[in-house]
Amino acid sequence: MSAPAVGGGANRREFLGLFAAGSLVLVLQRGSALAQLAEPESADDLQPDLFVSLDPEGTVTIVAHRSEMGTGIRTSLPLVLADELGADWDRVRLSQALGDARYGDQNTDGSRSVRQFHGRMRQAGATLRTLLERAAATRLEVPVEELETREHRVWHAASERSLDFKDLVADARALPLPDVEALVLRPRESWRLAGPRPVRDVPLYDLDDLVTGRGTFGIDARLDGQLFAVIARPPVVGGSAKSFDGKNARAVPGVTDVVPIEASRAPHGFQALGGVAVLAQSTFAALQGRRALVIEWEDGANASYDSEAYAEALTETARQPGRVLRDEGDAQAQLAEAQQEERFEADYHVPHLAHASLEPPCALARIEFDGERVVGAELWAPTQNPQAAQQAVGAALEIEPDAVRVHVTLLGGGFGRKSKPDFLVEAALLARHAKRPVHVLWTREDDLGHDYFHAVASMHMKARLGPGGMPVAWLQRSAFPPIGSTFAPNQRYGGAGEMGMGFTDVPYQIPNLRVENGPADAHVRIGWLRSVAHIYHAFAVCSFPDELAHRAGRDPYEYLMALLGEDRRVSLEGVAYSNHGHSLDEYPIDTARLAHVTRRAAQLAGWGRKLPAGRALGIACHRSFLSYCANVVEVEVSKSGVVAIPKVWVVIDAGLVVHPERVRAQMEGAAVFGTSLALYGEITAKAGRIQQTNFHQHPLARMHEAPREIEVEIVEHDGPPAGVGEVGVPPFAPALCNAIYAATGHRIRRLPLARHDLSHG
Amino acid sequence: MITLRVNGALHELDGLDERTPLLWVLRDVLGLVGTKYGCGMSLCGACTVHKNGEAIRSCVTPVASVGDAEITTIEGLSAAGDHPVQEAWRKHNVPQCGYCQVGQIMSAAALLARTPKPSDAQIDAGMAGNLCRCGTYTRIRAAIHTAALASGEQEGGR
Repeated sequence: MSAPAVGGGANRREFLGLFAAGSLVLVLQRGSALAQLAEPESADDLQPDLFVSLDPEGTVTIVAHRSEMGTGIRTSLPLVLADELGADWDRVRLSQALGDARYGDQNTDGSRSVRQFHGRMRQAGATLRTLLERAAATRLEVPVEELETREHRVWHAASERSLDFKDLVADARALPLPDVEALVLRPRESWRLAGPRPVRDVPLYDLDDLVTGRGTFGIDARLDGQLFAVIARPPVVGGSAKSFDGKNARAVPGVTDVVPIEASRAPHGFQALGGVAVLAQSTFAALQGRRALVIEWEDGANASYDSEAYAEALTETARQPGRVLRDEGDAQAQLAEAQQEERFEADYHVPHLAHASLEPPCALARIEFDGERVVGAELWAPTQNPQAAQQAVGAALEIEPDAVRVHVTLLGGGFGRKSKPDFLVEAALLARHAKRPVHVLWTREDDLGHDYFHAVASMHMKARLGPGGMPVAWLQRSAFPPIGSTFAPNQRYGGAGEMGMGFTDVPYQIPNLRVENGPADAHVRIGWLRSVAHIYHAFAVCSFPDELAHRAGRDPYEYLMALLGEDRRVSLEGVAYSNHGHSLDEYPIDTARLAHVTRRAAQLAGWGRKLPAGRALGIACHRSFLSYCANVVEVEVSKSGVVAIPKVWVVIDAGLVVHPERVRAQMEGAAVFGTSLALYGEITAKAGRIQQTNFHQHPLARMHEAPREIEVEIVEHDGPPAGVGEVGVPPFAPALCNAIYAATGHRIRRLPLARHDLSHG
Repeated sequence: MITLRVNGALHELDGLDERTPLLWVLRDVLGLVGTKYGCGMSLCGACTVHKNGEAIRSCVTPVASVGDAEITTIEGLSAAGDHPVQEAWRKHNVPQCGYCQVGQIMSAAALLARTPKPSDAQIDAGMAGNLCRCGTYTRIRAAIHTAALASGEQEGGR
């Protein structure tokens, strides 16, 4: 059998195979502003990070190199290129990129796709447009400055002539590339499809497939002769199968094999967790086989993990002195000297959370052998990070990452879970064993039981209050098992990235301000989940001012605005602060923008209006992923304590937005995601074992529980593009809990709400 | 031997464990992968299909229990993908990741067949079994109202 070539990423032949003969292919060099024209016949040294082609029929093909998990990025970024080019979107085709370092960053994570690639997409579109315009200028014998490109044609208005792209391909291919300096990017007012005011809302490229069931998700990936696999993983992280008996499992009709997988060792990183896999001709046979396994587990050190006791200890840790990360004025002395009646403190707690994407982790793998030797691997999976998958699979199979080809399917939700490629490693290991393609499916029980959990966190907040109940000194301290613990030994303190997510960058204007972090040990795999450390930090940082406002007898909105203080750029001199990899000059912490979204949210909600008993508004604002967002939540709590959310107002300032309709969708989704985590979000452990198995024990908000109405306003700002996908989540839970306090007098300092009796009146 | 009617076609299935959930027969045996797995316990609705027009959860429906009932999946909901519910989904740009939407659409179509002009409360009740992690609920509700209106107009025109 001649195996298909699986070595390398998009190799030359395949790369060129994407294009029809005679196409014009435009390539941008990674890490360089220089564009390079490469003809399909001479593309040996291509190093693309993104590219566009135009075939002789006039079809524009744009490579989508980010993963589509629901944000719309697979549509939005190519739309930027198409808009700059002046293409007719109906004549644009998308091609999903394989994982390949030559594209540059592909980790669709951190709300960074637009800010990282907006400029490059504009440049790529402008480069191709310039070539077409130059070709048209020669053909029409007019100065290139008199030409205008739109709707897939280059127009000369004065002579009322125009040429379709397809008529210019051959000429444009023969032209030298324009210098980057010579490119004239379209001014904002002429953006038609991708910008804050598009002429129409372009639907998702995959919309038809999604409403007809034709979209291919990772769970749908199929190869001839593939086996279906499920895995019994160690119930405690760091545990292993001491012994197992697969006899009964093998006896299940359809089961082809029972395969042990070596247990992962700390730090677990992206290793397969190990356990015992059942391979079968069908999913059902695999599941039946797994049920029939008899396994004796060795639990290891994390068997002592009890999340309830841990939470108590963590709260105590947060009350003790920790590492100092920001210290302005002399908060310590000010707080020590404060009189009892000047002092106020509160402890907040947010438990472990699970990603629970509706499509669980899953992956299809096949291995290429040379004799018995593994020489390559090819995978199809819903991964947010195909390059990390290449690395992890390569390490597990002891082959070069370049010999691992990762096809990115549609993702049935990601939320950060699917940027960890452990499930691709499992598929690769089993396919190597079986010498046949293997599709691994995580059941919901697997997903909830073995997630990379969002960290449990405790926050201690303390203030010394002066005139008007405003703080003159402020201490905030958080403690949580850090994400770093998943990747390196002895990691007990929050990284600068985590601490910079809504904590060291607290924007309130307080003369004496101190931010600390305490140590915490991890007993499960800790990972990032949509909005990451902003979730727990914002819960404390946005709830505490509401408490202080009520204590001072002041209106919470008015108090919050006073706390934001003068319009200014928060200086974090001397503070380790990553600002998501950008300078504070480029993306400042601008309190005027934060105040603006807060003011707008209050205005839209009619803040201050009278509401019936049991009904109230709550407000919160938060800067995250370089964007500014405010929420006002209207809550209605029945006398028996049932929470309903009639309406939410969301105002976001994300700088430049390219697809406002999808930004609205993200804000709507964030409010629902926030509702789930506020109402129900909690993963607990006893004897190291996760106690939630499925949606009956880990509920997500259903339609009747979700906000009934969500009004979104997008602030138009001239700044560079900032984050969207994660920005709506952090302020939601505190705004909701602030509303609940106003409605019922119940102050929520520990999530989720399901823990609390909210009956009142 | 189990015979199964799916989307108007008759399938004769040999050597199948009678307890196999319909979901896995559709996906693994018949290759109809539009219907999704989400929980396996009838908790999320991703696997919703129609049995004689009624919405059922295929993940907890043993294939042998289907009998000679007609099963409709998303692949058979409409020949051209233009069922009023699908059209309304397009109009409101409902999907985000899209994974749960097939189940949502099947539930909505069954709801409208039973209750042509549902109130908000009837929609909430009819759709309570379908989870959406991306959070498209407000658009789903709006789209169902749109589909109800469109279906009503079609009826009126006949």
